[in-house]
Amino acid sequence: MRPRAVVTGLGAVTPLGVGADALHRRAVAGESGLADGLGLCRDFRPADHLSRQQVRRTDRFTQLALVAAAEALAQAGWTDGPLPYPAERIACVVGCALGGTASFESQTEVLRQQGGEFVSPLMVPAMMANAGASQIAQRYGLRGEALCLASACSSATQAIGTALLLLAAGAADAVVVGGAEASTSELVRAAFRTAGALSESGRSVPFDRDRDGLLIGEGAGILVLETESGAAARGATVLGEVLGYGATCDAHHLTAPDPTGEPAARAVTLALDAAGVAPGQLGYLNAHGTGTVLNDRAECDALRLALGPAVEAVPLSSTKSCTGHLFGAAGAVEAIATLQALRHATAPPTVGLREPDEKLGPLNLIRRATPLAAPALPGGRRAGLSTSFGFGGHNAALVLAAAGPTTGTTKGQE
Amino acid sequence: MPDTLDRTAIETFVVDALVDLGVDRESIVDDAALDELEIDSLDLVELSQSIRKQLDIPVKPKDFDQLYTVGEVLALCRRKAGLE
Repeated sequence: MRPRAVVTGLGAVTPLGVGADALHRRAVAGESGLADGLGLCRDFRPADHLSRQQVRRTDRFTQLALVAAAEALAQAGWTDGPLPYPAERIACVVGCALGGTASFESQTEVLRQQGGEFVSPLMVPAMMANAGASQIAQRYGLRGEALCLASACSSATQAIGTALLLLAAGAADAVVVGGAEASTSELVRAAFRTAGALSESGRSVPFDRDRDGLLIGEGAGILVLETESGAAARGATVLGEVLGYGATCDAHHLTAPDPTGEPAARAVTLALDAAGVAPGQLGYLNAHGTGTVLNDRAECDALRLALGPAVEAVPLSSTKSCTGHLFGAAGAVEAIATLQALRHATAPPTVGLREPDEKLGPLNLIRRATPLAAPALPGGRRAGLSTSFGFGGHNAALVLAAAGPTTGTTKGQE
Repeated sequence: MPDTLDRTAIETFVVDALVDLGVDRESIVDDAALDELEIDSLDLVELSQSIRKQLDIPVKPKDFDQLYTVGEVLALCRRKAGLE
């Protein structure tokens, strides 16, 4: 039987603050981390968390990843002593869409102004998109497979999917998994603007009638996933579980989603089937919800195709309304936001949503924090769905559940 | 760049550069081993770049290949600067 993948640690650094609790608390309060059209982690000062050498040798996206990982591993109880599994049995998968573009841009300036002999030898190890995974592995001595998963804005969701596959294949006992991104420069913004994806108004409200595009953010989200039996054997507190994963590709267009929404819907259906969860059992939908006209329409069509009439009742919101689009980190931060909503039985709103676009059809687009319905899964567990879609036609979906109310573990809840 | 390049100016610059690389100031003494200060080959390339750029001493990354202590780095700089 496929081993179950339980979550024992969560860590996040986002425009809403440092910590997975700040992410939930401020999102539920309807606060936004967006300012001046950007979702920067303004509370995050690398030197508060990392040594001078670590700061010098890493791009900002890796610094965010290291701090999110520190929170997740501490919560999992991994930092009090030796690792709970043989180092060779712990994998690390960190999604990243663009890599360390800031390091690349700054060294391009050095090349132009000072010449090639002064280009930093640290540029490649800082900018390489796998730096997040490799630096976490190095810091904690994780010696299983470590890799970066790059599939644009669905990178981190597919990283979590890859973690499930590693656990299911018996290739690892635990996986430190998530995503990190810090590509907010003028160059990156200009490219998204000319591609027609960036909000011209600087006010990105997914699903709103007046939405006009996405805003760029930075951040990282890291989860500790373990097999259910491994977590139980060491007496770990289980926060939740990744019940199912599905992914497909549109094979349609470089940036635009398939207008039928069918491949995206199939990713959702695959995740529900893998989870053994019916659409009516979902308590919360955390949408990809970028705020572009095209995404939101295609996504709502896809959700309607996959979920049927259930889509009209389940609370639906977009984390990007208060963080901006975290690209390769988005899927992990939003999986954490989903788990937090399920754990606290409260769905965060789409911040700023005033007039839902009626062209999206009947949906429960929430404008303020909303209590979730009674748990629909056995053992008093709530399930939720998180979706991610990326340039290149990538579609990925996760079905997640919070741990049961009494035990704090998932035992006996098959 | 300091106004006059002497032993003290070189030492001050190199110590500050090592601190910038993440080394504790107190542990920087002549016979301190570079690897014990967690200075590796990538750091030494950056150190050589900053010495060449800021002090105008014509050192190359390759000059640092066989150096093991802070004192040896200072001696290299003095030699290349024509001070000994």
